[in-house]
Amino acid sequence: MKNRGLLTRRAAITAGLASLGAVAFARYPRELPPTYGHILRMGDAVTYAAQRALLPRQKRAREYSRADITSFPAIGTTDPGARKTDLGEEYRRLQAGAFKDWTLSVEGSVKSPRTFSLAELKDLPSQTQITRHACEEGWSAIGEWTGVQLRHVLDAVGIQPRARFLVYTAYDDWIDSIDLLDALHPQTILAYGMNGRELPVPHGAPVRLRLETQLGAKSLKFLHTLTLVDEFNDGGPEGAIQNGWSWYMGI
Amino acid sequence: MSEAPSVLESPGMRAHPRWVRISHWILAASVLTLAVSGVVILMAHPRLYWGEAGNDLMPALVELPIGPNYRHVEFEGRAPIRQDDAAGPVSASRTTDIFNQNGWGRSLHFLAAWFLVVPGLVYLLTGMFRGHFRAHIWPQSLELAPPLVWREVRDHARFRIRRRPDDPEYGLLQKFAYSFVVFVAAPLVVLTGLTMSPTVSAAFPFLLTLFGGFQSARTIHFATFVTLLLFTLVHVVMVIASGFGRQMRAMTIGPSARPSGSLRTGN
Repeated sequence: MKNRGLLTRRAAITAGLASLGAVAFARYPRELPPTYGHILRMGDAVTYAAQRALLPRQKRAREYSRADITSFPAIGTTDPGARKTDLGEEYRRLQAGAFKDWTLSVEGSVKSPRTFSLAELKDLPSQTQITRHACEEGWSAIGEWTGVQLRHVLDAVGIQPRARFLVYTAYDDWIDSIDLLDALHPQTILAYGMNGRELPVPHGAPVRLRLETQLGAKSLKFLHTLTLVDEFNDGGPEGAIQNGWSWYMGI
Repeated sequence: MSEAPSVLESPGMRAHPRWVRISHWILAASVLTLAVSGVVILMAHPRLYWGEAGNDLMPALVELPIGPNYRHVEFEGRAPIRQDDAAGPVSASRTTDIFNQNGWGRSLHFLAAWFLVVPGLVYLLTGMFRGHFRAHIWPQSLELAPPLVWREVRDHARFRIRRRPDDPEYGLLQKFAYSFVVFVAAPLVVLTGLTMSPTVSAAFPFLLTLFGGFQSARTIHFATFVTLLLFTLVHVVMVIASGFGRQMRAMTIGPSARPSGSLRTGN
């Protein structure tokens, strides 16, 4: 009798897990980042797939009030113009002209690739949000960001249905990418203002990405190019994965 | 010598059920990996705060003297760092290269966390459905009579931990400790860990409210880890003190002198 009771419970648990699995599988991301057979990268892929499959999608990160704004360290590259690279030299020239000649190129799997000047980005509907920036190092800071929703920019060029990821590069030679769920998130913006002023150079002038559902490292500063791609692109030797970092930083 | 046999010399001693033995060692390996990778992550920023935000330009609750980043970080035009937010929020560029091994530290931490969360849930569900917690872990109301509790505390304080043959398998303080770990500390460490995930806290903002913010969750996460570390130390000392060989047999292959058929009667 006892065994029969146990079997029924076990069957109930199995059925429950199976239906949860079926729901999860239906929402599983269509493409996963490569793991190169590396056990840590496999763990990252499990976390990414599980978050995408199990969590409600595109929920907004908490927003704060002006009184909550805190001090904000600038780390990593704080002045790309100080770099002795081609892009560093170009950045210096653009900065000298108050970024009037700066343009953001949007290309790849789009219907009409084009560039946006700073003034053109500012002509698109603007959005201001006060959010928490969480650094992978462990610290956090609250700041106010003003910019244009990335989805407006992507709508303007028209995403091809086959596109899966957005690759973005910066004037300090960083490269990174996100899936389109994050790219089209309502709080994902191209920010040109911080705490009510123009975005300062240490925080990514003239335009940086703000991606509020991943750690700060994904919100690249000093944006240069956005490219829509059909297949996962690890960014090569400048990308996170080949540098020993997780690609997905939603955790 | 006392007449009462020590806890593991009691005649009622049995091996732990197989699902307990398997989950014990998976969870032990996971917790050890989480502890090592967690300390590596903490070394990148060994300062703890309360609330939503905290960084090198803000005062800390405590700065832990672990690793090269302890009181090491400097900012352009701000030396020494003023821990004073009265002048309003400021921004400054960091000029120091810091110790940061989070590339592997974080990924290893989250990989190991899967081996805490999934086997931990299986353990909790199995324990509940099989009545394991009720029978062995959760203190019985009869045991909670104040004179008995007092006797247990007094005996432990004098390191006089002897059991009588008719005592339950686990002592009362042992049940308190195991119940605390299973029902309080482990769920708390997992939930505060998840609260630090920006995607999870966007999906479930009540977690931020519950723990008082991102940095509070991080501080509680660390405090719970310290509590679990202390538990583990006492646990290992007690295992050694009460007969390391017998205890290890009971948690691995089972007692040598008994036929295996009798092992699972305690389920």
